[in-house]
Amino acid sequence: MTEPQEELIRELEAKAKTIRKDIIKMLAEAGSGHPGGSLSSVEIVTALYFNVLRLKPEEPLWQDRDRFILSKGHAAPVLYAALAERGFFPVDELLTLRKLGSRLQGHPAWGMLPGVEASTGSLGQGLSIGLGMALAGRLDQRDYRVYVLLGDGESQEGQVWEAAMAAAHYRAGNLTAILDYNGLQIDGPIEKVMSPLPLPDKWRAFGWEVREVDGHNFRDLLTAFDWAKGVKDKPSMIIAHTIKGKGVSFMEGMVDWHGKAPNQKLADQALEEIGAGS
Amino acid sequence: MLEQKISTRDAYGKVLVELGRRYPELVVLDADLSKSTKTSEFAKHYPERFFDMGIAEQNMMGTAAGLALAGKIPCASTFAVFATGRAYDQIRNAIAYPGLNVKIVASHAGITVGEDGATHQSIEDISLMRTLPNMTVIVPADAVETAQAVTAAVEMRGPCYIRLGRPAVPVILRDDYRFQLGKAAVLKEGKDAVVFAAGIMVHKAFEAASVLEAEGVEVAVVNVSTIKPLDRETIVKWAKKTRAVVTAEEHSIYGGLGSAVAEVLGEEYPVPVIRVGIKDRFGESGSPDELLTAFQLNTDSVVNAIKKAVCEKSRIAC
Ligand SMILES: Cc1ncc(C[n+]2csc(CCOP(=O)(O)OP(=O)(O)O)c2C)c(N)n1
Ligand SMILES: [Mg+2]
Repeated sequence: MTEPQEELIRELEAKAKTIRKDIIKMLAEAGSGHPGGSLSSVEIVTALYFNVLRLKPEEPLWQDRDRFILSKGHAAPVLYAALAERGFFPVDELLTLRKLGSRLQGHPAWGMLPGVEASTGSLGQGLSIGLGMALAGRLDQRDYRVYVLLGDGESQEGQVWEAAMAAAHYRAGNLTAILDYNGLQIDGPIEKVMSPLPLPDKWRAFGWEVREVDGHNFRDLLTAFDWAKGVKDKPSMIIAHTIKGKGVSFMEGMVDWHGKAPNQKLADQALEEIGAGS
Repeated sequence: MLEQKISTRDAYGKVLVELGRRYPELVVLDADLSKSTKTSEFAKHYPERFFDMGIAEQNMMGTAAGLALAGKIPCASTFAVFATGRAYDQIRNAIAYPGLNVKIVASHAGITVGEDGATHQSIEDISLMRTLPNMTVIVPADAVETAQAVTAAVEMRGPCYIRLGRPAVPVILRDDYRFQLGKAAVLKEGKDAVVFAAGIMVHKAFEAASVLEAEGVEVAVVNVSTIKPLDRETIVKWAKKTRAVVTAEEHSIYGGLGSAVAEVLGEEYPVPVIRVGIKDRFGESGSPDELLTAFQLNTDSVVNAIKKAVCEKSRIAC
């Protein structure tokens, strides 16, 4: 495994900043949506779209592309921002989020927007869909990989564990899940609402290879994605420790910022902070 | 009418093997019921294209969605009650909403499941599937139609629900019968009343028509095997011809074929519609035939419903 290049890291950090700003602008313009879980996933999604995934934005249905499924579909803004910044559709269109007639539905809708790989939003379903894609890839002898981003609260859904069991059973080495471990869901901290802990032990017990990383550290993330590619006979799980609302001081770690948009004044403040942040 | 009896699930198992040969992209999923749904036949022939997903129906539907997104034609099978009830949200959001090419072929629908009782007897699956945008819903009348309907489903694009049964049932359609997706088939003409029937009730409708023929009442029998998209034209045409309408299905009178026909006729040609079906109650244990009688889904029930419809038409006190 090669040490990630300093320059690459700097580029990714700059992209992450742009994507964070996009998210804030989109949500402020839409007047509703989910900032907390979008911001906690920024580095994960940026690493994927700007380094890890094998993609052709000009040919979104290219058969050999890697697939990314945002199982925690409420974080649609981070996905849309990454897709737009990566060239799947015009960045201007981000501001149509959640408006009538927009391709940027409140939750990702397959078939409407280039780059969206599945319809998600009903939590707990993305890993199953990813498994189906992974099984199809193997049948077709294609070497694409499938990545699925899960929420920590989402992992309370029984279907997640059905899929976890099945992916290990079918030795889906081409399937990697990333868990956005931000510790919060809507009603409060995950351990208070319904603890899914200990997460690493559970995934290992289900037959997965597991790694834990700092989900805001590109060096960590890239190393982990590299590791995942090397896991051949089992599905792999990257548990990413994150901060909900990351990058905006008044949103960080605040349950209340799970699902409401900032007004213009707070959005301006957020944009300033993100711009100034290192 | 032929004496031969074959279950629709057996016909499914058989045709799947044939389709597996013709369509390399066909894959089959089951949830630990492959011996009952008969997908075990496919599994024997094409083990690499068969996925037993264990007792985990939600994951099965999601996995089917993913397979479809990657270009496969998945058939996902289990009992109707679990296929549609346990995994409803998965079917709704992961399959129907994006309009994916997944075929949900469910067996053991209705009360003819028999002794297993209410937990295993799906009386509401047509209703659940019919209300989903993008979904096609097919209820084959017998083994002959099952083979053709499953083939048609595999050949069309988009999500499809096919409802099959457990017991061996009479083969009523001849080999030259041609199932057409979205078309109701007029199996018998008649001027006094029409029965729109689906599934095993097509056979009962035939029997009822013969009984009434002896009494001088001429009854048309229409096999409405595609419940969605509904063949409105044929339904309105025969309602106009007879002005006495009966529906017959092994399903709740709420939300199934009876509702669908009443919806169309209410808008386009209001006439009396008498619904033969399960009257807002759960099933129970018993042999299939005992249950069909207990739940008024036998030939006599259809006869009585036809008489009532004819009676209401002619405004004679009943
Ligand atoms: C099946 C389902 N139940 C409930 C919801 C409503 N909901 C949206 S987001 C959310 C909390 C998600 O928490 P988590 O998975 O931790 O996401 P994150 O913290 O990353 O935003 C809930 C309950 C849903 N979208 N789907
Ligand atoms: Mg969370």
